[in-house]
Amino acid sequence: MDKKKPEQNTRKKMVRMLAFSTILLLSILILSFILGDTNLRLNAGSKNLPPSSKHLFGTDWLGRDMLTRTIKGLRLSLAVGAFASMMSVVVATVMGTGAAIFGKKVDNAISWVIDLFIGMPHLVFMILISFIAGGGIRGIVLGVSFTHWMSLARVVRAEVLQLQNAEYIHISRSYGKSAWFIASKHILPSVFPQIMIGFLLMFPHVILHEAALTFLGFGLSPQTPAIGIILSEAMNHISTGKWWLVLFPGLLLVIVIKSFDNIGEQLRIMMEPTSSNE
Amino acid sequence: MAKTILIRIVRMVTLIIGLSILTFWLIHISPMDPVNAYVGGDSSASPEQIEKIREYWGIDKSPAEQYFSWARSLLQGNFGISKLYRSPVISIIKSRAMTSFALMGTAWVLSGSLGYLLGVVSAMNRGKPLDKVIKWYSYTLVSTPIFWLGLILLIVFAVWLRWFPVGLAAPAGVLDSEVLFIDRVRHFVLPALTLSILGVANIAMHTREKMIDILNTEYVLFAKARGESKWQIFINHGFRNSIIPAISLQFAYFGELFGGSVLAEQVFAYPGLGSTLTTAGLKGDIPLLMGIILISSLFVFMGNFIADILNMVVDPRIKGDG
Repeated sequence: MDKKKPEQNTRKKMVRMLAFSTILLLSILILSFILGDTNLRLNAGSKNLPPSSKHLFGTDWLGRDMLTRTIKGLRLSLAVGAFASMMSVVVATVMGTGAAIFGKKVDNAISWVIDLFIGMPHLVFMILISFIAGGGIRGIVLGVSFTHWMSLARVVRAEVLQLQNAEYIHISRSYGKSAWFIASKHILPSVFPQIMIGFLLMFPHVILHEAALTFLGFGLSPQTPAIGIILSEAMNHISTGKWWLVLFPGLLLVIVIKSFDNIGEQLRIMMEPTSSNE
Repeated sequence: MAKTILIRIVRMVTLIIGLSILTFWLIHISPMDPVNAYVGGDSSASPEQIEKIREYWGIDKSPAEQYFSWARSLLQGNFGISKLYRSPVISIIKSRAMTSFALMGTAWVLSGSLGYLLGVVSAMNRGKPLDKVIKWYSYTLVSTPIFWLGLILLIVFAVWLRWFPVGLAAPAGVLDSEVLFIDRVRHFVLPALTLSILGVANIAMHTREKMIDILNTEYVLFAKARGESKWQIFINHGFRNSIIPAISLQFAYFGELFGGSVLAEQVFAYPGLGSTLTTAGLKGDIPLLMGIILISSLFVFMGNFIADILNMVVDPRIKGDG
């Protein structure tokens, strides 16, 4: 009896945290559509204003409202993050499932490829891919997508390997069902929750790396509102003491990333109640 | 054991070859014309000259032939000529490597020891406020972009407190030989600090998990029953069982470390391999880009390899045939 009560509280707390993170992310998304582009026009009258009630995040050296820029930048991050995570989840699922069901040779080959991709530092690989793709959003999406699938692929592989020894898979196989049938009808539905959580947990990494790439200057034009660009521009204005150009956009980015991490993590724990439930 | 290590080495060699092929192939399929990129805006180059470069580089040959001639010269230590700096890639890499490795090495040791310490403290005080603070701190760090953290440190320590200069590994306008050691240190502290602060999270959380596992074992329970103090338990049981996994984790962290140093070097305008890589990528200096990519990958492979070996030493059950 004593043990059960705090357990429920943990669950309730988890649901609360989930709701909080989700609402936060949704409100940023909604806000990004509400805030008009008028605040992004050059405005000679409101240059370099520190944060105030009119401009919560202050304004930059061109008089643009930093709150608007940040929120719009985050929308871009979310869009890129969603797309790139989806792509890497697809790659991870194909590779992981393939490694598990097509026998030892394919498994070895894929695990070699995974080691190969892990061998190049993440960021360096992303720089290479976005360089080859000629920069732009395309380069960033490709760069991020092809460097984040490895760990999820390993998870999927392990999961599928385990499933393969399940009774119903054996029965299905003895009925003469093809490997493809087993993969799509039996295995994929069972690993789907894992994949979804993998997707959510990948999101924060992808956003972080997208910001890093744009910060380094790979890809987007300086007019695009992207967090990385905002921060790299702000870098030039640091020595004149305009701290708000750096502090708020980055802080909001951290909050967004942490929220995603939180959602993914809470869902993961909910799915496997036996794992470290603390 | 020796056999497993040999297999690992062979595997690593194949991976390195694979990586060089991958890099070469990626550059090859890029829509960029290497000759155009090399000549750049230099319109004074005549068609005959361009033809000569084409021939010299063997661009008309098949990709496989190109790869082999490229790989052959790599093995001889010839990484080509950087078009940005107009000097051999290998000498640029050599001159930048030391500054970068000093930075990464410091961060590696600092973050490793501090992270390990935090992880242990956190696990031994599990559930208490201290544990919660460390956990929260680590999880927040994981979500923090390193370049933003660097910028914040820059604002606080360089702009407000004026303890450290803004950027560059040495003061501007001073000859390299005349740079004082203290100046180098002053320019080195902030990037190293940034890199160290961020590296703590990973190792702290893993060490915490590991320590909690250890503390839940029966031999620790027995030690408690014998009346060993917390400190004794740590020294006699905790430390031995958790230090090597922690070190191996730190070795496997090389990739992240290098990525972090690329960003930190950019923020602090620190002239190491990372910022050179960024410049090479942005300016389209292909030989330099490929050179640094290969060197950094080699570095990461080494780290992963050492981590594997350490894991094997600790746990004979992991016998590389999985």
